[in-house]
Amino acid sequence: MDLSQVIHHENKNKPKEEKHVFEVSNLNLWYGDDQALYDINMNIPENQVTAIIGPSGCGKSTFLKTLNRMVEMVPSVKTSGNIKYKGTNIFDPKLSVEDLRTHVGMVFQKPNPFPKSIYDNIAYGPRIHGIKKKRDLDEIVEKSLRGAAIWDEVKDRLDENAYGLSGGQQQRLCIARCLAIEPDVILMDEPTSALDPISTLKVEELVQELKENYSIIIVTHNMQQAARVSDKTAFFLNGELVEFSDTNVLFSNPEDQRTEDYITGRFG
Amino acid sequence: MNGFLSKEEWKKRLNRRLFINRIFYILFFAATTIGLIFLAMLLYRVLTQGIGYLSWDFIKGFPAPYPEEAGIFAGMIGSVYLIAIVAPVSLVLGVSTAIYLEEYAPKNRISRFIQGNIQNLAGVPSIVFGLLGLTFFVYIMDFGYSLLAGGLTMSLLVLPIIVVAAQEAIRSVPNELKEASYGMGATKWQTILRVVLPASIPGILTGSILALSRAIGETAPLLIVGAAAAIYSLPDSLLGPYTAMPIQIYSWVSRPGEEWPLVAAAGIIVLLIVLLLMNAVAVFIRNKFQKRY
Repeated sequence: MDLSQVIHHENKNKPKEEKHVFEVSNLNLWYGDDQALYDINMNIPENQVTAIIGPSGCGKSTFLKTLNRMVEMVPSVKTSGNIKYKGTNIFDPKLSVEDLRTHVGMVFQKPNPFPKSIYDNIAYGPRIHGIKKKRDLDEIVEKSLRGAAIWDEVKDRLDENAYGLSGGQQQRLCIARCLAIEPDVILMDEPTSALDPISTLKVEELVQELKENYSIIIVTHNMQQAARVSDKTAFFLNGELVEFSDTNVLFSNPEDQRTEDYITGRFG
Repeated sequence: MNGFLSKEEWKKRLNRRLFINRIFYILFFAATTIGLIFLAMLLYRVLTQGIGYLSWDFIKGFPAPYPEEAGIFAGMIGSVYLIAIVAPVSLVLGVSTAIYLEEYAPKNRISRFIQGNIQNLAGVPSIVFGLLGLTFFVYIMDFGYSLLAGGLTMSLLVLPIIVVAAQEAIRSVPNELKEASYGMGATKWQTILRVVLPASIPGILTGSILALSRAIGETAPLLIVGAAAAIYSLPDSLLGPYTAMPIQIYSWVSRPGEEWPLVAAAGIIVLLIVLLLMNAVAVFIRNKFQKRY
């Protein structure tokens, strides 16, 4: 099985109704004996920005990392339930995590460029997938860097080490690196928590541009950020999904008392 | 300080803290100096004793019954050949083992047991490795008293040190870098080859340089697996007889007469020079890798 065929098939059959990129049903997750996620049910829309908010330790990062199975880097993780990515069960043993992660890219909390040149950072993804021709790589590098709105800042120093960039630039470089594998979904795990306000603004603007072509799921500590950038917002508390609705609804008229307490700053 | 300490009391404590601070600086400096003094003494003795016998003829010459005619050429070339066997064998095996233990092996009781035993092996006396080499390579594998048997025995000796050093280097690669690679759909092997190894090579080489330096100076295991004390030709094949610099030095020191120890000192100077050259090459390689990443 590989995901490219599945997507094609899906697009042909359900073109009109609101499409979901992920359909999560009855998801439970344990780290060893500690349960971190309780019975999550959630349909994540395609080509929109979905924000996940909640206090520290509520399971929002764990949930995000389950979507591309990065959570399995921790050996003691166990899951039950189902996550469908465009109709395919991501836990299907026939589906490789490498395939899944090529369709579901990820940007991490701390900018984590490789200690290589800016060019080699972007070319890393295409290279591991087998693209070798210099001309193809050049094209992908430029396209990805433009896509992450950092091309003009780095085009004259593609050969320099990525560690020479500022923190904000490094994070946009990481977003560009993610774009270079041409994913459908971009998972962002508190992408601005290590950045200054101006860099944060640039990343947020970028998220707005990217949702034209990508489905974005962003975990954030910052409720204002969720309100600014997202179409839909999910509120997690103690491993449970408390509320999931349109962002303007969730912030103006939350259904659940706990959501209201959290967004009005009574805890968290 | 906020009324908890009087001004005089605070001042007294400050002086005390500054004093202790100074004491530790002196202690650490003294520790370094002691090592350097002994190194200087050693070098001084070796140089003053050996310099008289150090000549082009000594470097180019083969062993001889008279001190004036003795040379270290066979030992020098033998040592270089040994390292040419030890370096690739122990690096390939050692780094592969380290990668397996760090990246693949499940973290359970068995892998912890293996881990502990590798560290123990690094402390096993070298003569024990010599006995192992004698039994396995010389007799069972039937390599005889050959260069190959000596090289493989020496490889086993340095293997645990290289494994432990390589593990440390691999462990110090930040997890974020590995996550970045896996997050783009890279396989484990691609991540190891393109992220983990490049980032850990400087550390691996630093440990390996130390391990190989130990190998080039080792005498005991070579005595057991049959390095020749005096030989009048260079090894012509992997299965040929050989000698090594420390063996030559050892055999000269143990000869009677006042002049032989001076010849041995000259041998030590050559050994140190070869060691320095090898380290320089290794440091050069390491710096080249550091620049690339």
